Amino acid sequence: MSTNEIASPTSVIGSKKRLPPEVSILAVLIGIAIVFEILGWIIVGDSFLANKQRLSIIILQVSVIGIIAVGVTQVIITAGVDLSSGSVVGLAAMVAASLAQTSLNPRAVYPSLTDISPIWAILAGLGVGLLAGSVNGFLIARTKIPPFIATLGMMVSARGLAKWYTLGQPVALLDDSFTWLGKSFNIMGFPLPLPVIVFLVVAVIFHIALGYTRYGKFTYAIGANPQAARVSGINIGGHLIKVYAIAGLLSGLAGVMTAARAASGQPGMGVAYELDAIAAAVIGGTSLSGGVGRITGTVIGTIILGVLTSGFTFLKVGAYYQEIIKGMIIVAAVIIDQHRQNKRKKA
Amino acid sequence: MQSPGMTEAARESGAAPAPDYLLEVADVRKEFPGVLALDNVQLRLKRGSVHALMGENGAGKSTLMKIVAGIYTPDSGTFKLRGKDIRLNGPLDALENGIAMIHQELNLMAPMTVAENIWIRREPTSRFGFVDHGEMRRKTVALFKRLNIDIDPDIEVGTLSVANRQMVEIAKAVSYESDVLIMDEPTSALTEREVDHLFTIIRTLREQGKGIIYITHKMNELFEIADEFSVFRDGKYIATKLSHEVTRDDIIRMMVGREITQMFPKEEVPIGEVVLSAKGLTLKGVFSDVSFDLRAGEILGIAGLVGSGRSNIAETIFGVTPATSGTIELFGKTVRVDSPSTAMSHGLAFLTEDRKETGCFLLLDIQENTQMAVLQSGYVKNGFVKQTQLSKDSKEISAALRVKTPDMAEPIINLSGGNQQKVLIGRWLLTKPKILILDEPTRGIDVGAKAEIHRLISKLAGQGVGVIMISSEMPEVLGMSDRIMVVHEGKVTGFLDRAEANQVKIMELASH
Repeated sequence: MSTNEIASPTSVIGSKKRLPPEVSILAVLIGIAIVFEILGWIIVGDSFLANKQRLSIIILQVSVIGIIAVGVTQVIITAGVDLSSGSVVGLAAMVAASLAQTSLNPRAVYPSLTDISPIWAILAGLGVGLLAGSVNGFLIARTKIPPFIATLGMMVSARGLAKWYTLGQPVALLDDSFTWLGKSFNIMGFPLPLPVIVFLVVAVIFHIALGYTRYGKFTYAIGANPQAARVSGINIGGHLIKVYAIAGLLSGLAGVMTAARAASGQPGMGVAYELDAIAAAVIGGTSLSGGVGRITGTVIGTIILGVLTSGFTFLKVGAYYQEIIKGMIIVAAVIIDQHRQNKRKKA
Repeated sequence: MQSPGMTEAARESGAAPAPDYLLEVADVRKEFPGVLALDNVQLRLKRGSVHALMGENGAGKSTLMKIVAGIYTPDSGTFKLRGKDIRLNGPLDALENGIAMIHQELNLMAPMTVAENIWIRREPTSRFGFVDHGEMRRKTVALFKRLNIDIDPDIEVGTLSVANRQMVEIAKAVSYESDVLIMDEPTSALTEREVDHLFTIIRTLREQGKGIIYITHKMNELFEIADEFSVFRDGKYIATKLSHEVTRDDIIRMMVGREITQMFPKEEVPIGEVVLSAKGLTLKGVFSDVSFDLRAGEILGIAGLVGSGRSNIAETIFGVTPATSGTIELFGKTVRVDSPSTAMSHGLAFLTEDRKETGCFLLLDIQENTQMAVLQSGYVKNGFVKQTQLSKDSKEISAALRVKTPDMAEPIINLSGGNQQKVLIGRWLLTKPKILILDEPTRGIDVGAKAEIHRLISKLAGQGVGVIMISSEMPEVLGMSDRIMVVHEGKVTGFLDRAEANQVKIMELASH
């Protein structure tokens, strides 16, 4: 029997090339920037965008959130959530800072470990994050408690550990070789802070990992249909441990960067960062029900958060109003995006 | 007029003594992006009749029904309900106008009681505005009595069987005093006895003057329950006929537009060595002491009623629910199959019963769906997927299986059930299995695709693959299997060779 004997079940008129889903969220970003530009000329009499310093600071401000958001995006794609990122940032910042103090500090946390190579401080910060993330992963994979609860527990405990570590005292006077991580470089006349570079490198690595590796394919599969993933031979528990461990590692990295930028470690660092990171991922098109999301979207979502903060400050909007409006814009952006996606599904 | 069937249908209805039409739909057109789903179709439903809709997957039956039930808005078309022109604004509007759809995927709220589910949004209230549970209960009992349904109104819907849930859905539809009831493959998850009960209820409804639109793929149901039927093909209306006027072959010809001669083309192939041997396999509380051998090139059919444990045996062999005792030997070696990935590493593949729940990644595209299982074992270098090679091979398999799609980047959710099934079969073929377990491989699939899948199974057996096939369809089991293992209440009740097997013997063993 030849192929053309089978009647085609539906008459195919033609298939359109789909635009990548980030296009609409990029349009939102551009729209917001243009609104600030116009308001800038009207209210302050100055350009919002034509200012290299400002553009650089926009990304610098959100680069730590962005690093976390890259990890959280992967967690959300598996239909999970990570509420512990902010606390892990605080704990990692404390641990890293305690190993990066100079001997000038008479009350160093570890007097015998001052002036050591900053590598140890960085590794310790990353290790704390990896450990916290792995614990999250193990709890979720082995005890089957919901990710919301497991990471909520970690959120509370890690914050407690960060405070207990120095009994609430900040860790100050960090070595220059460590705080160097928070510095800026001039690249072709453009001031590029190291945290921004780290953020972008992390984003590129995980964009590739999600799109082109087995790790990425399995991450989407688990979020899209865990039962089908299991029958396809995917070890769901093992994979979730990896995903949460990576999210924790990235929170640890964010903690190290935070300590380096502030040249100190404080137990209150990173409070509510997890919410900004989740917001960035969701604005960027990651679906909380799992199976959908891309790092490019999350990067744009992160930048939208930065543009909002910077734009409001530029327009001299009061801090309280900023938060009120920011909350509304986050919700509005997601409504617009969802509406567009529904239209795409129907159209 | 594109079809001679239309004029025939018109002549027939003209001859009948002024039929009382409940619903008249004409010139309905509906286009989805890239697909013309309905091309000027029509349907006329008589009062007090059961009207079956027949057609292959993707013929447009479900789309038409969703339009009638107000779920989709048509691009054009005329609608007359009880002789009056009507335009529906959504499913609720349809329900209030007396058109109710009983969905394939049941739409009940599991944690709520039967009565609460039926009267939701219309709860009888007491003077103070509280829900009057006593009254609600009485109304439910009265309703169930009318329909001859025996279910406790206060029980949680979540604890009911699929069949009983369906009864509740039907009762709910009737409670709206609906005249038009649409049933989309209502028997697909029912046992034979439950089907009989359903048919009794349908006949009661027919006597009460309701019009029932009945979508089905099962030919014998058509002859048993339907008064007349309409056939659709490729989004076009083909014909409407009285069921007693036609033969099975006539209908297949109308549906497919060509002859299907050989329905179950199992070829004789040489049977090889034992590839799988189950010894005393037990899953506590589900099935016990299951022993059988499967040989290379053999198709072992597993027959049994729904709930007999046949699917559970398959799941245990594949490691989804590891056995509590007993052993599995694969190619002569005892293997502790504790997870699907263990099973896969020994060359097993498992097409599950439930396409939506355990098969498709509905959010992902055809390519991703096809490649997901093989990534365990191949096409990966240093963690990176060799996408070019994989895409090429996936495309070849899809083409060989005749998956109908413009391209592999199409979301799988846009495919018809039969094509989704082919994608899932392709997923497993890509892993080059040596033992293939198929659970209801052709459920909810049209005749044409069914024959293709049967041919494919036969071909795989010819290549030396050992096949275990579970099926509720007796002709399929009888036609395809070299040997049939019959399961009843978690126990193997007998084996039948191809030569000696027949429907009666299987039923005897299956019901003991």
